[in-house]
Amino acid sequence: MRDRPPPTTTGPGLSRRAFLGRAAVLAASGLAAGACSYVGPGFSGTTHSSRTLTYWNLLGGGDGVRMQTMQAAYAKANPTVDLRPVTLTWGNPYYTKLSMATIGGQPPDVAIAHLTRLQALVPGGLLQTIEDADLDRHDMHPDDFVGTAWRQAHFDGKLYAIPIDTHPFVLYYNTDVAKKAGLLGDDGALAPIDDPDALVDALERAKRVTGGWGAAFSSTNDFATVWRLFYTLYSQLGGKVLEAGRVVLDDAKAEQVTTLMRRLTVDSQVAPAAMDYGGAVALFASGKAGFFLQGDWELPTFKDAKLPFDMRPFPTVFGQAATQADSHALVLPRLDRPDPERTDLALGFAKSLLDQSLTWAEGGHIPTWLPAQRSADYRRLKPQSNYVSVAEQVVYDPPAWYSGSGSSLEIEAGGAFGSVMGGRRSPAEGVARFRTGLDRLSSAPSPV
Amino acid sequence: MATTQQASGVAIPRVATHRPRVSPLRRDLPGIALAMPFLVLYVLFLIVPILYGALMSLFDTSLVRPGLSSFVGLANYRELFNTPGFWSSLWHTVLFTLLSTPPLVILALALALFASRVARGRWFFRLAYFAPYVLPVSTVVLIWNWMYQPETGLVDTYLGKLGIGPVGWLSDPKVAMVSIVILTVWWTLGFNFILYLAGIQEIPRQLYEAAALDGAGPWAQMRRITIPLLGRTTTLVAVLQVIASLKVFDQIYLLTEGGPDFSTQPAVQFIYESGFTSYRVGYASAASMVLFVVILSVSLIWFGLVRRQEKGV
Repeated sequence: MRDRPPPTTTGPGLSRRAFLGRAAVLAASGLAAGACSYVGPGFSGTTHSSRTLTYWNLLGGGDGVRMQTMQAAYAKANPTVDLRPVTLTWGNPYYTKLSMATIGGQPPDVAIAHLTRLQALVPGGLLQTIEDADLDRHDMHPDDFVGTAWRQAHFDGKLYAIPIDTHPFVLYYNTDVAKKAGLLGDDGALAPIDDPDALVDALERAKRVTGGWGAAFSSTNDFATVWRLFYTLYSQLGGKVLEAGRVVLDDAKAEQVTTLMRRLTVDSQVAPAAMDYGGAVALFASGKAGFFLQGDWELPTFKDAKLPFDMRPFPTVFGQAATQADSHALVLPRLDRPDPERTDLALGFAKSLLDQSLTWAEGGHIPTWLPAQRSADYRRLKPQSNYVSVAEQVVYDPPAWYSGSGSSLEIEAGGAFGSVMGGRRSPAEGVARFRTGLDRLSSAPSPV
Repeated sequence: MATTQQASGVAIPRVATHRPRVSPLRRDLPGIALAMPFLVLYVLFLIVPILYGALMSLFDTSLVRPGLSSFVGLANYRELFNTPGFWSSLWHTVLFTLLSTPPLVILALALALFASRVARGRWFFRLAYFAPYVLPVSTVVLIWNWMYQPETGLVDTYLGKLGIGPVGWLSDPKVAMVSIVILTVWWTLGFNFILYLAGIQEIPRQLYEAAALDGAGPWAQMRRITIPLLGRTTTLVAVLQVIASLKVFDQIYLLTEGGPDFSTQPAVQFIYESGFTSYRVGYASAASMVLFVVILSVSLIWFGLVRRQEKGV
């Protein structure tokens, strides 16, 4: 038993005490250095230098790569600006961070937001309005934007976002399969499909050619795609879901839609009743399905797979031309103290992105910047320019705080109508289930 | 050492009491100082948020509005108890716990017994059974998502060769929870397995030798010696397993997103959707307080059981 504490040094060399002391000094100096960087202002509550532009987005994958190209072009043209882009996960994680950063007084200067999410961000006072004078200074005019997107970017008559694209729900088709199935018209494009029977017939013919499925469609673990199909067809019937905060779901029209959805998977079995997103992409890319129903963003995937394919607006099977879509837009989070210099920098960045709309369009999205959309270069982009007509006739998600991309409304719809497509609920039951969910959401106290 | 004469004449040694030259506080100060960093972080990031969450549950706090917003008293709780979605999500959590705990405890014990009896290549079995545990949840879900794929997945392909029809692993509400349980058992078995291995190695070899001398075969030895002496480990494993299962979220959210049609949505996901998708943080705090009370009750019951077990031993 020792009655002396053991020595802290074991001969020559670093003692424990000396090591801890030096480590503490290093840590302290690291903190001091950090005070000059991004972290420092966060702790001290000051804002960063006025030549720094922080930019948040939720664009990953192919979109992310394209956005980085556009960011690099902006940085090259504006060498005095320190652009700091941050990419966050799509969906809830992004909007949560955006709103909390704004409330906490440390928002990014400019951020991407879906136009359908404005209805949650604006009433909470999280966004700055964009004034006409500011737009003029940066050579952006209302007439230069697609009308539907421009109107959607307004709230109570004021502008809150600058739309950069619209991404609608489209119909992809394998040109080889369509040719063999006799579905191409004289011009080599898909012959028009005008009613539900024609749609099912076309898919059945494709199924016979592929030996697999007529159309690849994902409903497992994918509420968004199910919602997009439902809302496209329902809007084609002229149906509305919400009006002035009230549920105005038309049961008869909704049931017509769910009956057609069920017909595709259960009755005619031209689309799988159980397939997830990745599986559906794989089915179409490998030629086991002749058609693919999804948003336009998978274009690069199939181009890379060297698949012979084309894209068209989703066929108007129910009378009125309508397609579900959402738009990416640039928003200016509210600052505690208005800073015209930062706003100016942000708008300059927005204009730069709009000028590079053609680069962005290569990802499949329709540019909402009309000078780019109407240009000859864009018209030459195939198959993007094949569905550009859809841009003015898109319908955005119903107006409510619980609606928008990735919202509770879409989740409810995906659950209710997904079970119809899976054969577990009848079309009428699916509509009733959706109505129950809608009633609960609309009667909950609004958090905005 | 001083001695005193007792009345009976027997000398009872009395240890000289050493009066401390420092106060108890001075003596404990280094210990408290060393514990301070942890305590500060613990209070700041655990205790304070829990208290703040309890406070928020009485307000209709929102994620897109600053501050606590308006006081609503128990309205959040009242709305919660009238929401069928909340009760079904609580039930899904309980169902998951009921389905996953027995395999995770019994299988881990069985595999640990097996691995400890293997003469050659013990290292391989230990590695094989523990390896899945080190994988992060996203990797595990990615693997099993592809295995559960309809038409092209590994599971359905091999079951099809055996003549068993396609099972909607992720698309059938009746099967989805079982799919998640299978994934969870494969993934987290390793941890309980290691605990049991450690417990088995603590059992003195002499007991087995004595039992063998008395004519007990390996099966009887296992039943009469190993398993009873692993009682404390089993209690520990079961308690940890139950509490962890009640907090399940990751793998369900990634694999099925609570679907199909909300049939696998656990309580934690209900809280997440209310708080972050629907922005209603006050309401979500009320739900998390209820879940907290449920988990606390389960822990207290187990704690009482363990106390009784310890007293009995």
